[in-house]
Amino acid sequence: MTNPNGYESLPNAIINGASGPTVSCRINGSEVELPDGTTILDAARLLRLEIPTLCKHADLDPTAACGLCIVKVEGTHKMPRACCTPVEEGMEITTHNAEIMDVRRTVVELILSKHPTDCLTCGRNQNCELQTVASDFGIRQAVMPNIAHDLDRDSSSQALTLDPARCITCGRCVHICQDIQNVHALCFLDRGYGTRIAPAGVSLGESPCVRCGQCSAHCPTGAIFEFDETRDVWEYLMTPEYHAVVQIAPSVRVAIGEAFGLAPGTNLTGKLYAVLRRLGFDAVFDTNFGADVTILEEASEFIQRFLHGRGELPLITSCCPSWVDFMEKFHGDMIDHFSTCKSPHEIVGVLTKTYYADKMGIDPSRIRCVSVMPCTAKKWEIKRHESMSASGFQDVDVSITTRELARMIKQAGISFLDLEEEECDPVLGDYTGAGTIFGVTGGVMEAALRTAADLITGETMEQLEYNTVRGLDGVKEAGVEIAGRQVRVAVAHGLGHVETVLNRIREAREAGDEPPYHFVEVMACPGGCVGGGGQPYGVTNEVRMARARGLYSDDARRTVRKSHENPHVQMLYKDFLKEPLSAKAHQLLHTRYQARLTYTR
Amino acid sequence: MADVIMVPDISRTVQKWRKKRGSLIMALHEVQNRYGYVPRNVSLQLAQLMDVPLARIYEVVTFYNYFNLEPPGRNNVAVCLGTACYLKGAPEVFDAHKKALGLEDGGTTGDGEFHLQSVRCVGCCGLAPVVVMNGQTVSKVRPEGVRDLIARCRKEA
Ligand code: SF4
Ligand code: SF4
Ligand code: SF4
Ligand code: FES
Repeated sequence: MTNPNGYESLPNAIINGASGPTVSCRINGSEVELPDGTTILDAARLLRLEIPTLCKHADLDPTAACGLCIVKVEGTHKMPRACCTPVEEGMEITTHNAEIMDVRRTVVELILSKHPTDCLTCGRNQNCELQTVASDFGIRQAVMPNIAHDLDRDSSSQALTLDPARCITCGRCVHICQDIQNVHALCFLDRGYGTRIAPAGVSLGESPCVRCGQCSAHCPTGAIFEFDETRDVWEYLMTPEYHAVVQIAPSVRVAIGEAFGLAPGTNLTGKLYAVLRRLGFDAVFDTNFGADVTILEEASEFIQRFLHGRGELPLITSCCPSWVDFMEKFHGDMIDHFSTCKSPHEIVGVLTKTYYADKMGIDPSRIRCVSVMPCTAKKWEIKRHESMSASGFQDVDVSITTRELARMIKQAGISFLDLEEEECDPVLGDYTGAGTIFGVTGGVMEAALRTAADLITGETMEQLEYNTVRGLDGVKEAGVEIAGRQVRVAVAHGLGHVETVLNRIREAREAGDEPPYHFVEVMACPGGCVGGGGQPYGVTNEVRMARARGLYSDDARRTVRKSHENPHVQMLYKDFLKEPLSAKAHQLLHTRYQARLTYTR
Repeated sequence: MADVIMVPDISRTVQKWRKKRGSLIMALHEVQNRYGYVPRNVSLQLAQLMDVPLARIYEVVTFYNYFNLEPPGRNNVAVCLGTACYLKGAPEVFDAHKKALGLEDGGTTGDGEFHLQSVRCVGCCGLAPVVVMNGQTVSKVRPEGVRDLIARCRKEA
């Protein structure tokens, strides 16, 4: 786990040298000049001084809830909190001395006095910020009586487990869920000692939660974690009658290394294929193949709407299940704009139990499909609608997160990093550069544009990279010229950014104007799937960028970089589906949507 | 036609507070005063009409001791003594309740089954006299119908 407040998270102004007003102060005796508004916490980092934190996360504004980051400022008796106190001209700050560390130890002891002590059966054992702090402070015995709450776990969402007894009320999850994701499924109920995280009067499964898992990715403790389904996977692997098939999502390959001590962005595709075979899977596929198929279908839908006026514009992407859930619950008026195309892992799932089963002569009732995803919402998606069983069986049987796969590899005692790289089974595994960038915000749009441009012009276009849709800006808008026509696109990530885009669409619709965009991509998680809620812990923008770079260089290395040029996808259409949007494609690869209530009771 | 059960109408409350500062908390006060607690179905409506997340309402309601999410008794009976109801015989209806339950205003039965209170105008004077049972409005109540009403409530519970 990288520290979510790692050195890389320094404000750019500090790294690149300040422009604009600065202040001078002394930190532990060293004179520093810093941009006005820098917090003591960031200032200390500049000097490579790590002040311990629990409630502060680099993605979020400080809540100043935990009190662990206190420092001393000469001339005052108060101990300000470094995470939310800006440096001031002439300030003399001490970040570490015996007295400060004593106060910090007391803060930790106080937190622990309200906290369960059974780390061994906790979802974050060995991967927990509170545990790390307690260990760093050498806490060896409880100095205060333990008054931990006795609260029940809630796994009703079947995607995440809430274990509110382990909450330290730092507020990160509430902040993410309310302000960054704009879902408001989680809140703080009651006050003082009784304060607890919970949905408003119902279980998480009955709340508006869209299962994005961002709360779990930001919680410092084991109070929210992924709903573990690895037992089902082991069962598939241990049952000889089953033909166990697996697929990995694009962003898993550039993140799982972090669970084994590698830098974010390290591409482990070949080793992943190898380890999945060692675990006992009978066939190893790649979700990137499904992404290529998604693009063929979605680009064809786009052309139908854009050139032939068949269907609403803009077309909105639908491969993110949290986004689909969010739209169904909060923006039901957008249903007609949604691409009906299924997400890539569902496509690989249904093709495994039809096309692949036919080809190999395997009875599909014997096949068990596992998908390894960066995402907790995929756990829900596989059952969200009857069309997720288009093969006649549930198309994907179980979806596990990157974190769950990392644990399985460790359990199995496989020396993962030492494995020789292998190839996947190409029939549903071979992929293009367009498929792999699906894992990052803007990637679906870029992949779709590569194919749409060729299909519209009937030529092979030179342009591959569309840099305007890359990067971490919350909303990216661009105009792209295809065959002399402007295609206006928008890309949003982090559900809190979606409303801006949707409202522009609505305003134009109400005014009877032309739609502001022709094509819109949304991914629920900040950064897209690379920042997914099921990825290794410690996400920050730097980590998201590093993982994204891993995918963009995978793309750049590929000889085939457009989905429609994937030879195995071409074979699939020739032998089985006929053409994009064919009756068979519709029956197997497309889904439907319905407006849902935010609260069922 | 006694006891038409309907979802409470809180649009007036919302109208009154929507545009004002601190409006959510004022609206919640009104709800608390009217029902003796903040019923979930009223919160859900309030969320929709005032365009605030239900989670925010629950944060406020559970933060302040003043609000309750549960009725004080298992069944909460609020008899309206507002002007319109008063003129249409609410005092007799209230007395009938006191007798039937053996309670004074604001009392709760020993077994915690019933809580009785009088309230001021609940905002549906056209249906006077009105009793609010567990957050649902019963209209045109007659004193002689009260025993039945309570018996039914006991059975349903
Ligand atoms: S949250 Fe951390 S400290 Fe608390 S029980 Fe779990 S591992 Fe231990
Ligand atoms: S999974 Fe997402 S929507 Fe659900 S509670 Fe967590 S942050 Fe909120
Ligand atoms: S659940 Fe986790 S993130 Fe949320 S307040 Fe508690 S400790 Fe913080
Ligand atoms: S990190 Fe500063 S108060 Fe918690």
